[in-house]
Amino acid sequence: MSKTLLEVSGVSVTFDGFRAINNLSIQVAEPELRAVIGPNGAGKTTFMDIVTGKTRPDEGYVIWGERSVSLLEMSESQIARAGIGRKFQKPTIFEEQTVRENLAMALKNRRGPLPVLFWRPGAADHARITELAQEIGLSDRLEHRAGDLSHGQKQWLEIGMLLAQDPRLLLVDEPAAGMTPAERAHTTDLLKRAAQTRAVMVIEHDMEFIRRLDCKVTVLHEGAVLAEGSLDHVTQNQQVIDVYLGR
Amino acid sequence: MAADIMTRGARGPAKPRQPAPPRRRSFLAENPSVLWFMLALGLFTAVVSVLSEAFGAGLLSTSLIKVLGMTLCLCLIAIAMDVVWGYCGILSLGHFAFFGLGGYAIGMWLMYARTEIVIRENLASGTIPPTETEVTEAVTAQIFGVVGSSELPLIWSFAYSLPFQLAMVVLMPGLLALIFGWLAFRSRVTGVYLSILTQAMTLALSLYLFQNDTGLRGNNGLSGLQNIPGFLDVPQSVISMWFFWASAFALGAGYLLFAWVVWGKFGSVIRAIRDNESRVRFLGYNVEGYKLFVFTLTAVASGLAGALYYPQAGIINPAEIAPIASIYLAVWVAIGGRGRLYGAVIGAASVSLLSSWLTGGGAPNIDLGFYRIIWTDWWLVLLGLGFVLVTLFFPKGIGGLFDYLVRKRP
Amino acid sequence: MPLSFRTAPVLACLICLCLAALHPQPLAAQDDAPQGTLQALLQTHQEEVARPSRNSVALVLDALLDAQLDGTLEFLRLWQDREVYERDADGLFFYAREGQDRMLVLTDIDTGEEAGVIGSREINQIRPNAGVRREIAAALVQFELSDPDPARRLAALEAISRSPDPEQIPLLAAAIEGEPDPAIRERKERVLSLLIARHGSDSAERVAAIEALTGDISTEARRVLNQLLQTQAGIAGALPEDANIERVRSPGDDLDLITAYDRLADAGLAPARRGHNAIRDALRAHVANGQVGGVALHRLSTDEARREAYRTLEEAGLVPPLVTEAAMQAAVAQYVFFDAYVEPDAAVTDAARDALDSTRTKIGIYQAFGLTLDALSLASIFFLAAIGLAITFGVMRVINMAHGEFIMMGAYTGYVVQLFIPNYTFSLAVALPLAFAITFGAGVAMERLVIRYLYTRPLETLLATFGISIALQQLAKNIFGTQARPLTAPDWLAGSVVLNDIVSISSIRVAIFVLALMFLAMLVVILQRTRLGLEVRAVTQNPGMAASMGINPDRINMLTFGLGSGIAGVAGVAIGLYAQVTSEMGANYIVQSFMTVVVGGVGSVFGTLAGAGLIGFLQKGIEWFNPGNTLAAQTYMVLFIILFIQFRPRGIVALKGRAAGD
Repeated sequence: MSKTLLEVSGVSVTFDGFRAINNLSIQVAEPELRAVIGPNGAGKTTFMDIVTGKTRPDEGYVIWGERSVSLLEMSESQIARAGIGRKFQKPTIFEEQTVRENLAMALKNRRGPLPVLFWRPGAADHARITELAQEIGLSDRLEHRAGDLSHGQKQWLEIGMLLAQDPRLLLVDEPAAGMTPAERAHTTDLLKRAAQTRAVMVIEHDMEFIRRLDCKVTVLHEGAVLAEGSLDHVTQNQQVIDVYLGR
Repeated sequence: MAADIMTRGARGPAKPRQPAPPRRRSFLAENPSVLWFMLALGLFTAVVSVLSEAFGAGLLSTSLIKVLGMTLCLCLIAIAMDVVWGYCGILSLGHFAFFGLGGYAIGMWLMYARTEIVIRENLASGTIPPTETEVTEAVTAQIFGVVGSSELPLIWSFAYSLPFQLAMVVLMPGLLALIFGWLAFRSRVTGVYLSILTQAMTLALSLYLFQNDTGLRGNNGLSGLQNIPGFLDVPQSVISMWFFWASAFALGAGYLLFAWVVWGKFGSVIRAIRDNESRVRFLGYNVEGYKLFVFTLTAVASGLAGALYYPQAGIINPAEIAPIASIYLAVWVAIGGRGRLYGAVIGAASVSLLSSWLTGGGAPNIDLGFYRIIWTDWWLVLLGLGFVLVTLFFPKGIGGLFDYLVRKRP
Repeated sequence: MPLSFRTAPVLACLICLCLAALHPQPLAAQDDAPQGTLQALLQTHQEEVARPSRNSVALVLDALLDAQLDGTLEFLRLWQDREVYERDADGLFFYAREGQDRMLVLTDIDTGEEAGVIGSREINQIRPNAGVRREIAAALVQFELSDPDPARRLAALEAISRSPDPEQIPLLAAAIEGEPDPAIRERKERVLSLLIARHGSDSAERVAAIEALTGDISTEARRVLNQLLQTQAGIAGALPEDANIERVRSPGDDLDLITAYDRLADAGLAPARRGHNAIRDALRAHVANGQVGGVALHRLSTDEARREAYRTLEEAGLVPPLVTEAAMQAAVAQYVFFDAYVEPDAAVTDAARDALDSTRTKIGIYQAFGLTLDALSLASIFFLAAIGLAITFGVMRVINMAHGEFIMMGAYTGYVVQLFIPNYTFSLAVALPLAFAITFGAGVAMERLVIRYLYTRPLETLLATFGISIALQQLAKNIFGTQARPLTAPDWLAGSVVLNDIVSISSIRVAIFVLALMFLAMLVVILQRTRLGLEVRAVTQNPGMAASMGINPDRINMLTFGLGSGIAGVAGVAIGLYAQVTSEMGANYIVQSFMTVVVGGVGSVFGTLAGAGLIGFLQKGIEWFNPGNTLAAQTYMVLFIILFIQFRPRGIVALKGRAAGD
């Protein structure tokens, strides 16, 4: 059995009296592929915000890695450097820059200002960028402005940037939105492949997509875990049907 | 950094750096504008030298040379402003404060050393040679009599030392930028708030300098800076050329440095910070560190520009540091075109030269019959409205015109 | 004056005869006998009147006061004011005024009738010196204390309280009896008691008077007490028995050695110290053959060498010896240094100290109260200047750098209205709404023409509005010139509200405070109780959602911008009333206004209120610690704000949660 990489326990967050996350506890192992589903406002995105350091919870623990570091004391960039990569719901890439520049920025290299100032791409970096571009189908668009890409391509670029970071945990928020069926299949393959060596958490609404991922599913509702298990297991859960599937 | 190393340890060693691949192009090849700029600057310097009073045909007056030299310094600070604003997205309304600090740092030495020379000459004519204390007291009386003080302020303790004050040119703006930037960036003050905060810093500094008892002669400022100690008998026409060359060199060096900084991955990261700061954080970059680096580096460059500017201007006073000056700086950069270094140069040079031509009485007033357009009165109105139009319709500024002339890379 | 009523029937016709310079003082009916007239009396003292000296004037004054002649008062006044002339020909005295052709028109001293015209060379103006005039003034006082005109009586009382004199005590005491006006009587008693405290002859009486001042915080009472407690530094071989010692100073402890020694030297009790300059001058006087005291001149650039040369001279007996520290100590040890009260009576000084101490707490409280009022007034100015900015910034996230120029526009509107409507009250009533209308229009125009194109680029709004700001500022300069224009407050706003000698506040500031309260109330009502307010709040919190709910953000933005600008215009009128109207007045307020908004928190009226309060109180507080240095106060305030932002980056009243945005 694989070891636990991320442990979220007893976490609660309140926005102006609204409890977005309510005593949530989730564990992710490495390697593992996990899907997170739930109705709107269930706290899926807020959960990712907490793990990546964007939102500070009012209470609870977020423990990371073998050395059990608390992520709550780390800044967003420290968390990212510790090995947590995130793909946003809305594709957020740097539109003014080329695809190559976007990927180069994400490449796993030293992140401090001085090393970056003196950094020049080596052969290995070039090779990695080429390889990633191939993977995300943007080989011939490397020198294009990222803002000129189509919506789907932007999604791909962001996934490519996520892979370039070489994280241990990938948090992927609705990766398949705006993709053609073929692209979806490709995405599934990619995520499954990534999950062979690392932890991957996918938020998705598309049940077909999740079925294809064929992994453990966590259902969130009102900021807490409603059910957890295989897709078949959770889809038969009456509560899940009531709050999510039934509608 | 610790986290960086930790993951490295967990995931195996970093990929070894390898020699440059064949595709790699040199800095200058990727930035043809740098070459063009250097060429233009060299040509301009040569032409001015050839036409100068001191070394050439004498077609350009000393005061004009000084104006041109000062303009070069303004171009340098405009580049710095462009890097911090156009590239990194920090609309700093405080860079003229750094400029002024550089000027004050060098001005202290210029004023002290020159006064000391004059005082020593005067005292030497007495029967008994002066003691050091007497010299210091006389210099102090000379410099600070105007603010009614007879004690040498602490910050002037090393004003006699050129190396110390030169170090101050770098350290004073640098440290202020470092401390202020650290405070501002770590509390995640961004956007308009940050602009207001930098403006507050500038205001605080100028108010501080306006006080008589803070040791920099209050609103009298420092004066007589055009006289260079040790070269008091060299004519101003020659000194003006020295400073012109120094300014041209500084501008060239600054342009190269900043073009190199904004090139490559560092440039890529700071532009990314400008466009989406939090996304850069999620990529693992310490955004605050980058901002601080850029803010401080540009502040130091501004300080150097100021240290070259004020000996040509001859006088510095706290009004120069007032928040409005920094806003004008932003105006130059915006008119010239943000996010391209030559744009900043074009903006600073054209607007400041035009401004001194129109307000200095150089331009002929226009008589419309029913109304006489006096440029001194109408220039600011024109600048203000013109600036609004540029912001509305030409967000790329004058530099944007080059995009039509030069096809960008596919 | 008991003689007055006897002559009432002739009063009216005499007034007609009297010339402008004369006070309508009843004059005695003129008889032919020169004896008993003022002129006659003065002639008996001709020399003393014409060339008065401090010693001789008392003689004349006593004679005049004894005679109790009519017109004496008038004469004394004019004598004091150098308006009495002596005719060279006969030595008679006249009043005179300038006539035509540099001639003087004479007036008879007794009759008040014109007595001919004379060239200025034939007449001599009598010019009593300052000492004499003081004597005359003292003599006048006793007349004036009983003058039928209450204003004169009060003026005389003020004169006494300004320059108290022991001789006034009996005069004043006598004038209390028969004073008809109870208020003036009270005032007389008070001045008398102050006089007694200061100059009384009987110790017990003085102590009683001083004790009556316990807890009195008026400036005049405290001045008297402080004068009583004045001290003088003294030196003596032994502590003098008869002196009223405040404290003994021990050299080296609360008096440094050099100061103590210099005092000795000043008192001639010890030879003066030889400073650097003295040494140098002595050396310079003894230069011979390129050296002094065996030291070559070029070596004399250090203090050591100079001292060495000086010692050589000293041994040769050419210069006075240097005073060493040991010598200084020895000299100082022989004497006692002390501060003694100028007032010799210890009972009086003790009582004065107790009385002064008793006022201290009370004064502190009043000062704090005054400071609070000042701070409130400053805060309301900041609030008025900033609230418009806060509204536009809060709703639209747009920084309006031209906000200060809207303030200026409002102030100039007030100025222009005053040019057309001379009645200040009415013009103010017109100016306030007009300023609102004009700046409202300007704000809407700016929003429509510029700002709405830049909503997605907030930093560029900052710059574009700055462009508008410099254009407007220069336009104002072109139209109104660079000099400050007055915006005069109506009379009912011109004075101050005075609580006591410590606490007072100008009425304009009170009015501004009231205006700020009105705007606060108005805005709260608009924002919380009206449909517009609801929509504005909706747009503030979530523009996208508001738009999708059918609120037209364009309209809201336009109205908010107009409202914010309109308030700036009204604030401009208010600020112009107490500060001067210049083209740069807006720029002076803009940074403070930004601070107020940022500190208070964006998008909240109460946040702005809190911000204005914090900044106002802070600035006044810092000024209190560092009085007289407004610049320093502003510097520290800005520094404080920079630090404050560290801890509350979103201001005092921060919007929370997702509404705050990123």
